[in-house]
Amino acid sequence: MSGASPHAVPGEEGAAPVARLRGVSLRYGKVQALAGINLDLPAGRMVGLMGPDGIGKSSLLSLVAGSRAIQKGEVEVLGGSMAKARHRQRVCPRIAYMPQGLGKNLYPTLSVYENIDFFGALFGHDHAERKRRIVLLTQSTGLAPFVDRPAGKLSGGMKQKLGLCCALVHDPDLLILDEPTTGVDPLSRQQFWRMIDDIRRDRPGMSVVVATAYMEEAARFDWLVAMDAGAVLATGTPAELIARTGTASLEAAFIALLPEEKRRDHRAVTIPPRSPGSDHETAIEARGLTKRFGDFTAVDHVSFKIKRSEIFGFLGSNGCGKTTTMKMLTGLLEPSEGKAWLFGQEVDPRDLATRRRVGYMSQSFSLYTELTVRQNLELHARLFEVPETEIPARVEEMVERFQLAGVIDAYPGGLPLALRQRLSLAVAMIHKPEMLILDEPTSGVDPIARDRFWQMLVDLSRSDGVTIFISTHFMNEAERCDRISLMHAGKVLVTDPPETLVRQSGAKTLEDAFISYLEQAVAEDDGDQTSEAETALADSMRGPEPEEPVRGGQRHFNLRRAMSYARLEGLELLRDPIRLTLAVVGSGILMLVMGYGISLDVEDLSFAVLDRDQTTTSRDYTLNLSGSRYFVEKEPLASHQELDKRMRSGELSLALEIPPNFARDIARGRDVSVAAWIDGAMPTRADTARGYVEAMHSLWLAEKARQSGQESALAGLANVEIRYRYNPDVRSVVAMVPAIIPLLLMMIPAMLTALSVVREKELGSIVNFYVTPTTRLEFLIGKQFPNIVLAMLSFVMLAILAVVVFDVPLKGSVPTLMVAGLLYAVAATALGLLISTFMRSQIAAIFGTAVLTILPAVSFSGMIDPVSSLEGFGRVIGEIYPTAHFLTITRGVFSKSLSFSDLHASFLPLALAGPAALILAAVLLRKQER
Amino acid sequence: MRLGHIWYLGIKELRSLARDRGMLVLIVYAFTLAIYASATAIPETLNRAQIAIVDEDRSPLSMRIASAFYPPYFATPKMIDHAEMDNRLDAGLDTFALDIPPDFQRDLLDGRQPTIQLNVDATRMSQAFTGSGHINTILNDEVRAFAQRYRDVYEPPVGLTLRARFNPELKEAWFGAIMEVINNVTLLAIVLTGAALIREREHGTVEHLLVMPVTPFEIMTSKVWAMGVVVLVACAVALTFVVQGLLEVPIQGSIALFLVAAALQLFATTSMGIFLATVARSMPQFGLLLILVLLPLEMLSGGTTPRESMPEAVQNLMLAAPNTHFVIAAKAILFRGAGLDVVWPQFLALAIIGAILFGIALMRFRSTIGTMA
Repeated sequence: MSGASPHAVPGEEGAAPVARLRGVSLRYGKVQALAGINLDLPAGRMVGLMGPDGIGKSSLLSLVAGSRAIQKGEVEVLGGSMAKARHRQRVCPRIAYMPQGLGKNLYPTLSVYENIDFFGALFGHDHAERKRRIVLLTQSTGLAPFVDRPAGKLSGGMKQKLGLCCALVHDPDLLILDEPTTGVDPLSRQQFWRMIDDIRRDRPGMSVVVATAYMEEAARFDWLVAMDAGAVLATGTPAELIARTGTASLEAAFIALLPEEKRRDHRAVTIPPRSPGSDHETAIEARGLTKRFGDFTAVDHVSFKIKRSEIFGFLGSNGCGKTTTMKMLTGLLEPSEGKAWLFGQEVDPRDLATRRRVGYMSQSFSLYTELTVRQNLELHARLFEVPETEIPARVEEMVERFQLAGVIDAYPGGLPLALRQRLSLAVAMIHKPEMLILDEPTSGVDPIARDRFWQMLVDLSRSDGVTIFISTHFMNEAERCDRISLMHAGKVLVTDPPETLVRQSGAKTLEDAFISYLEQAVAEDDGDQTSEAETALADSMRGPEPEEPVRGGQRHFNLRRAMSYARLEGLELLRDPIRLTLAVVGSGILMLVMGYGISLDVEDLSFAVLDRDQTTTSRDYTLNLSGSRYFVEKEPLASHQELDKRMRSGELSLALEIPPNFARDIARGRDVSVAAWIDGAMPTRADTARGYVEAMHSLWLAEKARQSGQESALAGLANVEIRYRYNPDVRSVVAMVPAIIPLLLMMIPAMLTALSVVREKELGSIVNFYVTPTTRLEFLIGKQFPNIVLAMLSFVMLAILAVVVFDVPLKGSVPTLMVAGLLYAVAATALGLLISTFMRSQIAAIFGTAVLTILPAVSFSGMIDPVSSLEGFGRVIGEIYPTAHFLTITRGVFSKSLSFSDLHASFLPLALAGPAALILAAVLLRKQER
Repeated sequence: MRLGHIWYLGIKELRSLARDRGMLVLIVYAFTLAIYASATAIPETLNRAQIAIVDEDRSPLSMRIASAFYPPYFATPKMIDHAEMDNRLDAGLDTFALDIPPDFQRDLLDGRQPTIQLNVDATRMSQAFTGSGHINTILNDEVRAFAQRYRDVYEPPVGLTLRARFNPELKEAWFGAIMEVINNVTLLAIVLTGAALIREREHGTVEHLLVMPVTPFEIMTSKVWAMGVVVLVACAVALTFVVQGLLEVPIQGSIALFLVAAALQLFATTSMGIFLATVARSMPQFGLLLILVLLPLEMLSGGTTPRESMPEAVQNLMLAAPNTHFVIAAKAILFRGAGLDVVWPQFLALAIIGAILFGIALMRFRSTIGTMA
């Protein structure tokens, strides 16, 4: 690759690097994330990886942390190859890894305390030690007042502090932080770095590797790696990089380091002054705008006025209310209090006319990735009612203005971020709005693309008179706005031109000005907590003599870690109402549905008679049928046409025709025949109905014979005495309900267990399993245990439902049933774990588990057809699938009054199934991401 | 409301679907392989039923009886002794155990009406019931045929001519194929609209739509018509090529009339899909909800088992579900060749239920759409 640096400089003369990468390449499908990286990261330093999003920083860090499998090349960390599982296992207690994304590896439903406690337990600290550390860490980070708050409800800055606590709980030698401050307000950012500095002061040997997109931050690190497009551009101290490129700032240096073709079009953004005449017209006005979600106030009495053609910036941390305010202005959210006006008209979500004057670009890229660039533009033009004849010209204009010509027929999903962002802007502009509302449009875009984007915004404002309302994290972007508002915790702290803000606060830069405003606001909010926290920090980290954590060489099963995962899983289950409902109520509902739905009883068959004889004999024949519980008589039939019509409508399941002279012919001994038609649309029912009709017919004959004294003649040659064993009334529920329990007890626990693992994969917290000493079995058993408990609960509930609601007698040994239920729950959850190793998304886990459990359980396990009647593949599945054996036991205990001694043959395969599936899952589970 | 918006938004839905390979595979699978598989996979009720015989007579007649049970209906009988019988039934090895008493043949020929005992494991409903009927018939036939060689046998005076209409040979495949079509119409209608809405929500495009001059009604209607058309076309193709063509199921009535019923059903179920998508917060939750809703709809609508054998309360409750009416109408039209004069009450019911569901979904969509963005 161009720009790959072969001359990576080690940190200090003679010092061994903390990580050494040689020829490291990584690709995700077609995307090359890293291309032949050679790099030595110096030990004991603060190393920064800088560059925009999506250029391989995160991939590189995950390789160093050992959370991702190495595809090509060598990665040595802390003196050993990360390709070797044994080395990873040995060094992972010395590495702490905080992945990208706010609180990505935290568990949102768990409290601050529970989160840190979980990590502490994984690294082998006992209860008292964990408690001591948690107290120290939370005090030093200022999280102490919030230890009981769920992680999901923390602000971005607090989440990152919590992430740091979790990372530091085991005293790592190498701390890897992936964009820890992205989306965090400047004050929290400053506090965060101060914490890191303090920790490094106390543990000078600790190496820190940080990825960042903020050049201001990168400037403070000891040593930098500038990256672009999966390759290293340059390495060195910030001063070296600036000196080498002969530029003034690190951002300029980075741009200078980029390859020529990327730099070519770059021009510094120039902002002409606004034309003086435009000041008197107000474009947006907000007065006392407030939004509450429950008891949480997201936006608190926000007021401002924005003039036409002004570029108005909104600054603040994630979750401070910027997006909510913008949504209220666009009419996406209704304010709880206060009002807003666009061009003098009050914002009304139902008023479509104002929407045509506004263009909106949301935080995430939100265009249709399934439509091409042209189709996206056309769709939006049509929805904004641009006249059909003008659309081609309008699309052309946008394509030209935003330089989209090369990708006009491409799908946006595959385009680079900067292009997609231009497309979003083009779409927002297609109907020529007078105002643009842009919510963090430049997150994750490289500096050159950002400058180009800003130049477009400036042109729109200055030449077209478009009012622009934009939110951003970047201070250099904020400086380009005509005026900015600083927001914090739902309140606007101050609104002024940037230079005025800097001057008023007496700070050097806008960032410092912002921090000083925030500090004021925080001080007003909750006393002087932060400074206290900072002093506490230094003491705490120095104070305790850290207990040597359990380190290295631990490959055997550790109960504490397994139980730690079990506790985590249990807490998460308890706090997720949908999963819990499905587990408990869902299986009950499904049992009711199936108990009634899979009924094989045929009763109340509707029939009518076309009686062409109309004698007592013919009526007697009819009465014979209508008197039975299987048949219900309907209005008699008058003609064949009526018979046809009523059978077609499905009203009649059976029609009888008694021929003329029926009684007379019987008396004379002539051949007579009653005709019967059965509705064959439902074959099983028809089959049963045929049996009933035949039986009723012979019954009638027997009765007739008895009356005429011919009993012996008709009585037949031999009797067949049918004994319906175990279910003398031949009730469907008695047969089906004990068979439904195994089905539900397989499907739902397997699904929930599979979900619990796949959820971690999808949400990213699986990385905790990758980078902690947790072994596969510990992880799996930890996940399994609470699900077994839940399965047992629902088993007991289903059994009670069977006896109470369905009136199915429970004749056999209850302890036998319970033991079998436990073994089966173990097997079902283990099967869920096994399935989870193949699945990546939760939705795939749901449907995959449904398919893989329902088919074998329904078709091959003897629910309808006994296993012994099956052949071939189905038979093989039926012999080994645990449902078949559990079914034999439930039917045996429920209906056949059997106990353990009669059923032991089914217990052995049932008991083996769970451990076998668990071991297989452990073999297939990956301890690294691929 | 502007028809133009509904039209273009619907086209957008279709284009999105065309790019979603997973969904396309699901649609094709549901209307081809799934139908074929479920039509051919249903075993006839009696298949290799396990039967054991305790022959205490050991006469030519008892041998004759034993040899009358053979595959495919019955597995070759196991000859066992009396002591084994209960254990084998307990362990679930046999479904039927036939006990031929000592001196059976002699007593029969003497006219003493001996009794054969047939033990049935009645926890295996499907085999137990049809199987014992078959066994009864086989026993009677064998005994009669044997006895006729030695003495006169009485013939009953009144015959019974039984015919099954609409499916004379009672082929399970016919029923299975049509019911799978019906079930898949419901499944896809809910999944396609629900998933489309949740996908928009997860991708943040709902938010985008909402800042445009389009109303929730337009957004929802566009999804309903677009997904409805897809399922309807797929359903027509499946009926013509898979059900009539490949499986050779004769369809009695008018496919066009059935498609009208399907369109009404789709109106109701696509609305239901939207509703579920507004309740679920994520795709996994939608998946779980889907299972809880779809199974009752399919199992209790009369498509799997006859409605009349369900408890009264369940029957009445299920009248509120569109599937119940759709199943009744579909069976009447496709199997029995019924016309509009017969099925209009179901059409009316479907239209009313559809309108109510659409209304509820629209209300819910309007009120939650703000929180979706």
